Amino acid sequence: MIEIIDLTKRYGKFTALDSLNLKIEKGTVFGFVGQNGAGKSTTFSILSTLLAPTAGTAFVNGYNVQKEAKMVRRQIGYMPDFFGVYDQLKANEYLHFYGASYGIPLSEREKLIPQLLDLVNLTHKRDAYVDLLSRGMKQRLCLARSLIHDPEVLILDEPASGLDPRARIEMREILKELKEMGKTILISSHILPELAEMCDRIGIIDQGKLVAEGGVAEIQAQLKGEKVITVMLAGHAENAIAFFEDEPLVARLQYQPESHTIEFTFKGTDQEQVELLRSAIKYGLAIRSFAEAQVDLEDIFMEITKGVELS
Amino acid sequence: MKHFVINPVLNKEFKLRFRSFKSFLGLLFYLLALAILIIGFVFIESLTSSQGFFKPEQSRMMFMMLSILQLILILFITPGLTAGVISSERERQTLNIMLTTAQSSASIVLSKLISSISYLMLLIIASLPLYSFVFLYGGISPIQVLTTVVYYSFTILAFGSLGVLFSTLIRKTIVSMVTTYAVTLFLVGGTAFLTLISLQFGQGYYHMSSSGTPPTTPYAYFMAMLNPVIVLAGSFEPEIHDEIHRITGIKTPLWVSYVISYTIIFVGAILLSIKKLRPNMKKG
Ligand SMILES: Nc1ncnc2c1ncn2[C@@H]1O[C@H](COP(=O)(O)OP(=O)(O)OP(=O)(O)O)[C@@H](O)[C@H]1O
Ligand SMILES: [Mg+2]
Repeated sequence: MIEIIDLTKRYGKFTALDSLNLKIEKGTVFGFVGQNGAGKSTTFSILSTLLAPTAGTAFVNGYNVQKEAKMVRRQIGYMPDFFGVYDQLKANEYLHFYGASYGIPLSEREKLIPQLLDLVNLTHKRDAYVDLLSRGMKQRLCLARSLIHDPEVLILDEPASGLDPRARIEMREILKELKEMGKTILISSHILPELAEMCDRIGIIDQGKLVAEGGVAEIQAQLKGEKVITVMLAGHAENAIAFFEDEPLVARLQYQPESHTIEFTFKGTDQEQVELLRSAIKYGLAIRSFAEAQVDLEDIFMEITKGVELS
Repeated sequence: MKHFVINPVLNKEFKLRFRSFKSFLGLLFYLLALAILIIGFVFIESLTSSQGFFKPEQSRMMFMMLSILQLILILFITPGLTAGVISSERERQTLNIMLTTAQSSASIVLSKLISSISYLMLLIIASLPLYSFVFLYGGISPIQVLTTVVYYSFTILAFGSLGVLFSTLIRKTIVSMVTTYAVTLFLVGGTAFLTLISLQFGQGYYHMSSSGTPPTTPYAYFMAMLNPVIVLAGSFEPEIHDEIHRITGIKTPLWVSYVISYTIIFVGAILLSIKKLRPNMKKG
């Protein structure tokens, strides 16, 4: 289980992650989708205890990533987006090394490593030097490595990038097996359809903010028809929040007290949007402005689905 | 301790280092260079000496020369072996993965230090047979040879810890190397130069004073106690140290201050490396 609470990461003035909130239940395969620079790797690094957040926090299996980093490391198998391997080390020695790093005794490793090599289809390469493996093989080996201590949670940063279509399918098969083993898997990509098939749930991140989250079908529907509306208020916010939250077509409402604005996503048609504004005014809300916000999910949608046919 | 012996990083580094042919070649050249030096020295000495053979006094000289030469070699090699241990993993993008494993920062830092300097220790041990002339011709006791080896090991640990520290703090290996070499150069060449200057200065005082106890100036002592070469040389030629004690007025043996200062440096560098290896998570 993963719980992310108001997670923020700033690099100087630049905000890479902006109060991200997310809860992922045990056994879920969660796909994290976003364009380049959206903040996926930043989120994963924080969850893997490699990066300290500026604000907010996160829990992995109930362990705080900052205060109980040691325990978190035992829960997670992490595969970075870019990684290197040691030269002069053979594939099975590579796995032995990391196995030993988790304190797994040699006798156990000797049973475990052939199984892992088999899982990622690298049994025939067990005595090959790691730096001489192809990129896809290295990626599979790295996945096997991340499984060596039988972690409950897998954090895989673009595990399919740079793979050819066949290797992609293989990777998908492996992930399916892992899902059947009951692991919680967090996986990122910048293309939605790649994840759509193997994930239970999808979160879309854009400029450090989670802009949509839900089941795969739900997300795809949302991405097509949804708008983000910003309402600036002159009067009390409580009434307005209550009013908009009751509206069936409104979701993910957020209130920003400094600017007296309410922001929410709206699933209706243009006519329904007219109706919404009309009834809000009839209800007596003091609205200074009512506008569709800059965040354009359709743009994001175009970006994360481009080049691939939607299934 | 048991945990430490079977440490995975140590184990892997040993495997990698001793698997490579380069390491073997390095060892060969190191021994060859030392051997040529010894043979050359013996040859020249026996030519110039009237009796035509090697005397205990010459053997002592030879031992001194060789020990100081080997110390300088060690000081030259240590930064090269240690100043990249962490940063090179960072550059190769293998550090992240290692940091997400269950290994403690202390275990990673210490095994990196030990594995990197173990090669140097091997060089020293392999060079010991070359010292056999000492036993053949006399002039030096086996205890002195042993003390010198212990002194080397301590010095390697201390200077190696500085390399590891810079490698942890600095992202780029090349910058870490340059920094480590610069600091080592200061601790060897810089302190020697400053010792000489301060001694000259002290001498001046000494001669100017006309009566009673001569005034002393302590600066030379603080420079000399940091200098591995001066401290070692004094163990062969006590007069060097006597002079420093006399001029600075500090009577604590230089090697004691040396061990204390470098123990502090070693512990400080290692603790700081351990603290800085992973991001500071606790404050959040
Ligand atoms: N060390 C850093 N210093 C400054 N800015 C950084 C640093 N690391 C990341 N960033 C910035 O943070 C933002 C988020 O980066 P991140 O790597 O999380 O993106 P991503 O979603 O993984 O993108 P990609 O699909 O390209 O992998 C980017 O704009 C990036 O430039
Ligand atoms: Mg990334």
